[in-house]
Amino acid sequence: MARYQNIFTQVPLRGAPELGVAMYPGSDERIQGTSHSTLLGRLGQAQIGPIYLGWTGIASLIFGFLAIEIIGLNMWASVGWDPIQFVRQLPWLALEPPGPEYGFQPFVPLAEGGWWIIAGFCLTTSILLWWVRTYRRARALGMGTHVAWAFLAAIWLYLVLGFIRPLFMGSWAESVPFGIFPHLDWTAAFSIRYGNLFYNPFHCLSIAFLYGSTLLFAMHGATILAVGRYGGEREIEQITDRGTASERAALFWRWTMGFNATMESIHRWAWWFAVLTTLTGGIGILLTGTVVDNWYLWAQQHGYAPSYPDTGVADPSLLGSPGQ
Amino acid sequence: MKPVILIAMAAALPLTLGACELDRKTSTQNGYRGTGMNTVIVKSGEAAEDVPAPPYEMPDTEGPRAGDAYENVTVLSDVSVDQFNYTMAALTEWVSPEEGCNYCHNPANMASDEVYTKIVARRMLQMTRAINQNWDNHVQQTGVTCWTCHRGKNVPDEHWTLPVDQTPGIVGNRNGQNRPVSNSAYSSLPTAAVARYLLGGVPPDAQEIRVVSKTAHPSAANTLSVMESEPSYAIMMHVSQALGVNCTYCHNSQSFQSWAASNPPRETAWYGVRMVRDINLDYITPLAPIFPKNRLGEAGDPFKVNCTTCHRAQNKPLGGFPMLQSYPALRNGPIGEDMSLAPLVTPSAVPEVPVEEE
Repeated sequence: MARYQNIFTQVPLRGAPELGVAMYPGSDERIQGTSHSTLLGRLGQAQIGPIYLGWTGIASLIFGFLAIEIIGLNMWASVGWDPIQFVRQLPWLALEPPGPEYGFQPFVPLAEGGWWIIAGFCLTTSILLWWVRTYRRARALGMGTHVAWAFLAAIWLYLVLGFIRPLFMGSWAESVPFGIFPHLDWTAAFSIRYGNLFYNPFHCLSIAFLYGSTLLFAMHGATILAVGRYGGEREIEQITDRGTASERAALFWRWTMGFNATMESIHRWAWWFAVLTTLTGGIGILLTGTVVDNWYLWAQQHGYAPSYPDTGVADPSLLGSPGQ
Repeated sequence: MKPVILIAMAAALPLTLGACELDRKTSTQNGYRGTGMNTVIVKSGEAAEDVPAPPYEMPDTEGPRAGDAYENVTVLSDVSVDQFNYTMAALTEWVSPEEGCNYCHNPANMASDEVYTKIVARRMLQMTRAINQNWDNHVQQTGVTCWTCHRGKNVPDEHWTLPVDQTPGIVGNRNGQNRPVSNSAYSSLPTAAVARYLLGGVPPDAQEIRVVSKTAHPSAANTLSVMESEPSYAIMMHVSQALGVNCTYCHNSQSFQSWAASNPPRETAWYGVRMVRDINLDYITPLAPIFPKNRLGEAGDPFKVNCTTCHRAQNKPLGGFPMLQSYPALRNGPIGEDMSLAPLVTPSAVPEVPVEEE
């Protein structure tokens, strides 16, 4: 039976809660209570808590709540406070940024996009506070700050889309609405307006890193699961003290493609691919409309996009008055 | 995991397919290999079968003219009496099959203009001739008849009216979008795109659909924001849905802008947009004072046409069936002036040849 051949979270331990290392001097009190969830134990650690909120966590949750409230209540108001229509139309609803007539003014009437600016401010504050929290908690545990910097790479793309690029373009109307379908429509409209984002080389890089991330994740996850029966999931130990799991995993990749990442380097591969997805993506967005206005024409000029035979179709607007 | 949760999750799985089109589709290559140029069409019934047959065999075009034989015939005055009656019979079947002649005519005095629908019908006949004579770069030689739009209804099912600006309160401004309506193909794109681009008679800038720059780098020639590009996207989605085709039926997605990379239907569509503007501006909007309240939209404007009014999810209305061939009176002949708002003509009831009905 395969289930006995892998020690992955098969036996959720239940005993005295693990409270971890002593708190760093100057830390806030953490919530000491812990609980145990068998269901969550199927997915990960069965022990819930102790949670450390601290002032950054509490402030982040408050600002996050404010942002969600502003967005949600505006959406609800837009269907006349009808709860059924709110649920039915939710994927269509949005909180829209200010129109082009307001430029990049900080103060815009609430109904005309002012709410969007306030919600964006609250959400950004919440995210940045959460970032501070990931950084400080990592330091408190004596860890490296890799998680915080990876998170910051995602925040970079978020800020480029909603703040930095609109600032450079001088218009809030360039930024993304808060809403499910509306933000997707924004994405397509963005590509249409700027002549096909697929010819933006930084968009290409971002896609390559995104797909590369999924490939690396699949390869790494599969490798570790495959050697789980030899204790392969104890990766960190295997970095310094390679066992048969690590040897077999490495040999598998050398057999199949002649090269293997090490137990340590595979995580650097994964980290950089993930981080570069949003770093390059943000650069690509930032260059759009500020430096390049039509990526297709830019790509044609630089021999970057292929040309295909002319279909012979001509612009009728150049052929004189229509229909008469 | 608890079986109940598993079963609930499995049962919910088909919901994720709720927005998918499950009908059979046909995909045909329509451009250079390797460029993804395909026409994808959802298989639908043959429309030619749905087109009503002529009321009877098409009569002679010889003989006395309708304008001489009948009183107060203004548009079809140049056709033969037989052709006139034949066209009237067909028209009745297309537009008012239940109400019959009396939908437009006072049965006691067929020549009278007192019923408003007669004035409208007369203007619509002028419009039909104008479309068939002047807009062949859109309707080609296939042309249109009343049936192309009406399909047996007094008012074509597919029409639109001007949106009424709702003054929002301090919260909940939808910014003219984010409402699933047919005119924006049930997307969250701006709902008034059809009104903006197809009304006609507005300044060229206000109805300019093109948003893509003609230069690689930013210039003062195009400062449109992403938000202002969304109505253009919305009208394209309207066209796509109205015609039942995908983007690459007309455009090469490499560059939506480039004409040299586009397919010929894009030209046809370009003329179609101008034709619809012409129809709405010259033939429908001016009729506003004639229509009763129940034939007007919230803003007091008549029910106007868009691409769907004729196309009904087909790239060629009625599957391209050349229906007009059987009704030459709807193509040939002078169009004449707009007399819709002229004083009503109510000739005294005189004995006349009754209009034949099938």
